[in-house]
Amino acid sequence: MSSKTQNNKAWWLVAPVFIMVAFNALVPLMTVVNYSVQETFGDNVFTWAGVHWFQDVLHSERFHSALLRQLLFSGIVLAIEIPLGLGVALTMPRKGPWVSVCLVLMSLPLLIPWNVVGSMWNIMALPDIGLLAKVINGLGIDYNYTRQPVAAWFTIVLMDVWHWTSLVALLCYAGLVSIPDAYYQAAKVDGAKTWAVFRFIQLPKLKHVLTIAVLLRFMDSFMIYTEVSVLTGGGPGSATTFLSIDLVKIALGQFDLGPAAAMSLIYFMIILFLSWLFYTLMMKNEDA
Amino acid sequence: MKNLSRYVPVLYVTFLMIPIYWLLNMSFKTTNEILGGFTLYPHNFTLASYQTILTDPSWYSGYINSIEYVVINTVISVAVALPAAYAFSRYRFLGDKHLFFWLLSNRMAPPAVFALPVFQLYSQIGLFDTPWAVALSHTLFNIPLAVWILEGFMSGVPKELDETAYVDGYSFPRFFFRIFIPTIAAGIGVACFFCFMFSWVELLLAKTLTSVAAKPIAAIMTKTASASGYQLGLLAAAGALTLIPGAVVIYFVRNYIAKGFALGRV
Amino acid sequence: MAKISIENLRHSYLPFPNPDRDEDYVLKKLSIDWADGGAYALLGPSGCGKTTLLNLISGLLVPTEGKILFDARDVSRASPEQRNIAQVFQFPVIYDTMTVYDNLAFPLRNRGVAESVIDPRVKEIAGMLDLTSTLQKRASGLTADGKQKISLGRGLVRSDVAAIMFDEPLTVIDPHLKWQLRSKLKELHQRTRRTMIYVTHDQTEALTFADQVVVMNNGEIVQIGTPIELFEKPKHTFVGHFIGSPGMNVLPCEVKGGKASFAGQTIASENAANFKGQSQKLEIGVRPEFVSFAKTGIPADVVKVADAGRFRIVETRAAGSSIKLLLPEDQVVPTGKVNLAFDKAHTQIYADGWII
Repeated sequence: MSSKTQNNKAWWLVAPVFIMVAFNALVPLMTVVNYSVQETFGDNVFTWAGVHWFQDVLHSERFHSALLRQLLFSGIVLAIEIPLGLGVALTMPRKGPWVSVCLVLMSLPLLIPWNVVGSMWNIMALPDIGLLAKVINGLGIDYNYTRQPVAAWFTIVLMDVWHWTSLVALLCYAGLVSIPDAYYQAAKVDGAKTWAVFRFIQLPKLKHVLTIAVLLRFMDSFMIYTEVSVLTGGGPGSATTFLSIDLVKIALGQFDLGPAAAMSLIYFMIILFLSWLFYTLMMKNEDA
Repeated sequence: MKNLSRYVPVLYVTFLMIPIYWLLNMSFKTTNEILGGFTLYPHNFTLASYQTILTDPSWYSGYINSIEYVVINTVISVAVALPAAYAFSRYRFLGDKHLFFWLLSNRMAPPAVFALPVFQLYSQIGLFDTPWAVALSHTLFNIPLAVWILEGFMSGVPKELDETAYVDGYSFPRFFFRIFIPTIAAGIGVACFFCFMFSWVELLLAKTLTSVAAKPIAAIMTKTASASGYQLGLLAAAGALTLIPGAVVIYFVRNYIAKGFALGRV
Repeated sequence: MAKISIENLRHSYLPFPNPDRDEDYVLKKLSIDWADGGAYALLGPSGCGKTTLLNLISGLLVPTEGKILFDARDVSRASPEQRNIAQVFQFPVIYDTMTVYDNLAFPLRNRGVAESVIDPRVKEIAGMLDLTSTLQKRASGLTADGKQKISLGRGLVRSDVAAIMFDEPLTVIDPHLKWQLRSKLKELHQRTRRTMIYVTHDQTEALTFADQVVVMNNGEIVQIGTPIELFEKPKHTFVGHFIGSPGMNVLPCEVKGGKASFAGQTIASENAANFKGQSQKLEIGVRPEFVSFAKTGIPADVVKVADAGRFRIVETRAAGSSIKLLLPEDQVVPTGKVNLAFDKAHTQIYADGWII
C-alpha cells in the first residue's frame, strides 16, 4: 500500500497493544530463557548451566520420539482435513436457506471448549458404552483405545478431524463465494468440465485461503494439548505423548524447570521455523 | 457424480452431529442406564444431571467464572486492538512490519510453553485465581488476532472517508468513535466472535491460573472426570451446557462469519 | 454459424411468477430474429433486461417461457456448450495460472481438438488481436485491455461458434484504448463474419459497432433498426430521447383533420395524416438537428446557449415547453424573441409514445 502516510505518532495508537502483548509474551519468554540456562536444587538457588539443558533435550530419546509423534500427527491431520474441508466447501450450497444452516452447524465444533471435545470423544469411544466403540466392535474389529496404540491414534485423529475440518471448510467456502460469477459462466461457455473449473479457476483463487488454512491447522495441530490429554493422557504407554503433553508433564508434573524451559524454546523454534517454511513454499511460485 | 456430491455436506454435517447427539443422549440418562449397557437413546429420560449442575454452586459458578473472563478478555482485546489496527491500516511508522509479524508470531506460541512462567508472573502481581488473570493471559493470542481481523476490515474502508471527516472539522477521537467505528461494525462483530471463541475454548492457561475462586467450568469438568470416575451423566450434561454460549454467539454473527472468513483472517 | 430466432420469450427471476403480472417479468414477450453474420447491438438503460436477454441466448439462463431457435433447432434448454456460443464479459475473465497461449487454446482443448490443429489456430487469432508477442507470458500480468482481448480471443479461436456475445466489454478499459478496441472489433467482424451481439448502455458504442441496433426499455424491445433509422425515425419517444445528444424535442400537440398544431400554430409533419383515432396523448417529435430559426413560425424565447465544439446547443421556451436546436459555430445566436421552424420531413407525430 503506497497510499499509507509515514507517521511515527501512530506508535501512540499501537502502544497499548504493544505493552499488553509484551507483558504477556516477553516476561514469560524471558523467564523461560532464564530457566533454560540455569540449574536449580530448590529453595530458589540457581546456578549457571549454560547450554547444558539444550544439549540434554536435543539428545534425549524421549524428546525425539515425542517430536516424531507430533510431526506424524500434524502430517496425518493435514492430509485428511485439507482435502476433506476443500471437498465439503466445494459441495456446499451457495445460496438458499441451507447456507445458514450449514454454516451454523459446521461452526459448532469450533466453539466447544477443548476439554469438552476430549470428553465427548471419550464418551463416544468408551468400551461397551460408546457409540464409536460399539460400531467398530460391531464390524468385528477389536477396539480399545486405552490399550491399543493404533486405536488411540485412530480416535485422536478422528477427533481432530471432527473438531477442525470445519475451519478449513469455512475458509475455503468463503474463498469460493468470493469468486465472481463471470468466471463460472466463462468456463461454461468455454466448455470446461467440472475438473477443469476446479483446476483452473477455483484452485488458483483459493491459493491464498488454503495457505492460511494449512498454516493454521499446522500450528494448532502441532500445539494440540487439551483434547489429547483429556482423551488418552498420552497413553497407552507413551503412544500419544506429543511434545506438548510431554512438556507439561515435565514442567508442571515434575517441576524440572531447566529441561522444560529448554524444551519449550526448542519447541517454539520448531513451530516458527516450520510455519515459515510452509509459508515460503506455498508462496514461492506466486510471482513466477 | 453431480447427484453424489450433493450428499457430501449432508454426510459431513451428520458426522459432526453424531458426537453431539451422543453427548446429549448421555446427559439425559440415569447413571444406572449408562453403566447398565449400550442404549441408543435414553430409556429413562431424566433431567437430574442438569438439576445437579444448575443448583450446585461449585458447578454453576464455573460457568459464571468462564463467561466473566471471556467477556473481560473480549472487551479488552477488541478495545486495544481498534486503535492499533487503525494505525496499521492507515500509517507507515518505524518498525511497523516487524511489529505486525512479532504480534502474529505470538499466535504460534504453544500455551504449554507459557503455562508455567505465566503462572509465576500472575502470582507475583497478585492476580492469581481471579478472572482478570485468565482474561489478561488470553490477550496474548487474542489481541494479535483482533488486530489482524480489524486491520483487514479497515483496509477495506477508503481513506477518503477519514480525509472528508477531517476536512469537515472532525477531531480524531470524534471521527473515530462517531464515524469510523460504526462503519466497520461488521468487522468488530467478527473480531469479537473470534476473541470470544478462542478464549472460551482455551483451557490450559485458564486452569493453570485459577485454583478455587475463579475456576472455569472446563477445569471443574476435568476434575470430575478424573476424581470421581464414573459420573458420566454429570460430565455429559456439563459439556452440553458449554455448547450453549457458542451456539448463541454463532447465531448472532451467522451472517458475518462467511465474510470474516473471507478475509482469510482467523 | 446460425440464424438465431427468439419467439415469445419471457423471463422472470422469481421462482413462481404470476403469468398475469407483467411486473414479475424482467423480459416481457420478446420476438426477434438475428441474421447469420450480423453485427447487432442491444442498447438500453441499466436494468432494461439487455444482459438477461444476452444470458438467455448464450444459455447461462433458462427462459421462463418462449423459445430460442438456432436455425431451426430449439436450444431453449441447451447448455452454453451445446449451443456453441462464445461470450465476453463486462470484467475480463482470464485463467490466471495459464499463459496467454494456454488461455486461447483452452476452449479447443476442452473440446478435445488435436494440438496440431490448435497451434496454428491460436497463432492466427493471436496475430489478429496483436497478442503474438505476449503468447508465452502469464495472462495475469496483462493490462485490462490485453485481458479483454484474451476473452475475445477465446471466442474467436473456435471456428464453429454460432455467435459471440459481448456484455458491456469496454467498461473497465481506459478511455483512450476504448476506441482502439472498438475499431478492432469492427474489423474482426468484417474479417470473420461471425454473428456478434453487443450489449451496452453507451449509444456511441452501439451506433459505431452495429449494423442493426436493438433498443430496449423496461423489458421490451422498442425499436430495431440501423443507426440512421434510429436517428431519423425513432419509433418511440424513448428512442428519440435515448439516442442523440441532446435528445429529441417532444412537444404536446393536437391533431385535427390530418393537421397537427402546437401552441396554436399548425406544424407541418411527415405523418399527421395517418392519425385516425381520438383522445390519446399526442406529441410532436423533432430532433434539435432539424429545428432552425426562421422569420415566421413558432414564437419562442432563447433561454440558454451551450457550446458543444463544432456547434452550439440553443435552448428555447415556447408555450411552456422547452425546444432545443443546434446551431453551427459560425452563426450568430439571436437573443430574446425568436421564431422557430421544423423540417417537415423529420417531424413526426407520436400517440401514447409510439409513432403513428
